[in-house]
Amino acid sequence: MAAVERRKRRGEKQSGFLLALPALLWLTVFFLLPVFIVLIVSFMTRGRGGLAEMPFTLANYERVFDVFLIVIQNSLWIALLTTIICLVVGYPLAFFISTRQSSRTRTFALFMIMLPFWTNFLVRTYAIQSILGREGILNTFFQSMGFIIEPLRLLNTPEAVLIGLVYGFLPFMVLPIYASVERFDFRFVEAAHDLGANDIRAFLRVVFPLTLPGVIAGCILVFIPAIGAFVTPDLLGGTKGIMIGNLIQQQFRGSGNQPLGSALSIVLMAMVMLALLIYIRFGDQEG
Amino acid sequence: MAGQTLAQHGKIRYNQGAIRRDMWVRKIGKFGLLFNPVVVYFFLWAPILVLIVFSFNAGESVSTWEGFTLKWYGNIFANTLAAGTEAARFSTELMLSSVKNSLIVSISATTISTIIGTMVALSLERGHFPGKKFLDAVLYLPVIIPEITQGISLALFFKVIFDWVSLQSPDLRPTSGFGTIIIAHVAFSVSYVTIVVRARLSDMNPRYEEAARDLGANEWRTFWRVTFPLILPGVLAGALLAFTISLDDFVVTFFNSGVGTTTLPIFVYGLLKTRVPPEINAISTLMLIASTILVGSSLILQGRGADK
Repeated sequence: MAAVERRKRRGEKQSGFLLALPALLWLTVFFLLPVFIVLIVSFMTRGRGGLAEMPFTLANYERVFDVFLIVIQNSLWIALLTTIICLVVGYPLAFFISTRQSSRTRTFALFMIMLPFWTNFLVRTYAIQSILGREGILNTFFQSMGFIIEPLRLLNTPEAVLIGLVYGFLPFMVLPIYASVERFDFRFVEAAHDLGANDIRAFLRVVFPLTLPGVIAGCILVFIPAIGAFVTPDLLGGTKGIMIGNLIQQQFRGSGNQPLGSALSIVLMAMVMLALLIYIRFGDQEG
Repeated sequence: MAGQTLAQHGKIRYNQGAIRRDMWVRKIGKFGLLFNPVVVYFFLWAPILVLIVFSFNAGESVSTWEGFTLKWYGNIFANTLAAGTEAARFSTELMLSSVKNSLIVSISATTISTIIGTMVALSLERGHFPGKKFLDAVLYLPVIIPEITQGISLALFFKVIFDWVSLQSPDLRPTSGFGTIIIAHVAFSVSYVTIVVRARLSDMNPRYEEAARDLGANEWRTFWRVTFPLILPGVLAGALLAFTISLDDFVVTFFNSGVGTTTLPIFVYGLLKTRVPPEINAISTLMLIASTILVGSSLILQGRGADK
């Protein structure tokens, strides 16, 4: 009996690994290996047509932190601002939805957040673009009301990028916070009140700390796509709202500079990994 | 109330000012909590509603209403009705072929990623093997790593492979096309399938499988007769999610598509970067309807799974 059991279990082990094998191979060859190639290319020299050549050099990284440092700083700043705005706007919304009594209302409210989010990203960005444009609905409205005479320059600014990113990634903030608040036991708030805390104190000392895992998860989920954004700054930012994503794209289209673009990618990935490390460090402690 | 009378008796002293202030804070908080969703839902929906409304606008403006028309929708399909007429100044043929390309890519990528994603989900939930944690971590990476990095890393990878192949046999000249796009799409969508199917599997009671095995079914039979029917809603939801993500993908496709394999997002991007024809609102509205149907069915499937 025991022998049969053992053989059975060993069989499971093997089949378990074989089942994982196709996906493992696919991801190793078509995901890990390409990232490794980017790492190697980032240390190579720019050759003919922007392609990579020997010898190995650190020049790309020097350029990244010299010429392009300002773009990296701007991208970081825009991504951080996006995260903060999403948090300030998204937390009360998540709180509002998760404190609704009927589960049907909650589902519907969440669905109404998810639906715009699931439409094509280009389409959503275009929607913002057409509203902010020179002859867009905002400028037309302000002009007809007599607030302004000349149309305002709303598009092709860093602010437009910010609006586009908040618009694009707000659901990423709302959903994890919603999950956290829904699990929160509101008897803790009663206890805090009984102990003499007012609403502000109860929120800051009880509700917020206990929903922090959701907040941190939301911040990470917003920050990561925001810092690597390419479509939003490309369509809404013009030359003033350029981000790392645009720089990387420029190096890989036509005769750019692939080693430089690779170095920029590695720096971008390093920033994402750093954000993740912070999440694992603090998110795990709370969760 | 009781507190107040006690306070009047002078036994307990309340700070009336502080209470009034706390009540004000509560009122402001309650107002904010009602006001915030109104603003956010408006912010989320207004651009989309404007887009839909102006897809029926008779004029080309995106801000001034000039009457109702269906002509932009008509123009999209004009080529199929009256090829080469003036009405079809917007190249319908190109758009329809990009829709076809998108479907080829998404259906292929979804099929592959659903199969290998379900397999890996089974192995992670039910199996025990060395390196499981590593695999688990690797599976989450495509969800986390910025799209643009995935796009350029695969483009570089294919370049290296193609150069090598050309060097080995100069007759073969492999280029980017359906193959590269599908490979790229599977690489990121397999993670989403795995996450959805795993959630379904972890909800499932493993006793059913044990029972089947006790009744003499082998692994293969157990899977097809017990496990698979039970996880099917999850598998379908995962497949729909993968399909939607693949159909919507722009960035990764942008770096890995070749001549003649323009997908719909690439086509739309081209329109947005060049002339922005008035038909774009109508195209966007149609894309919006398509993704609503897809996501709606995915949510219904997932919800049906959760009910049980």
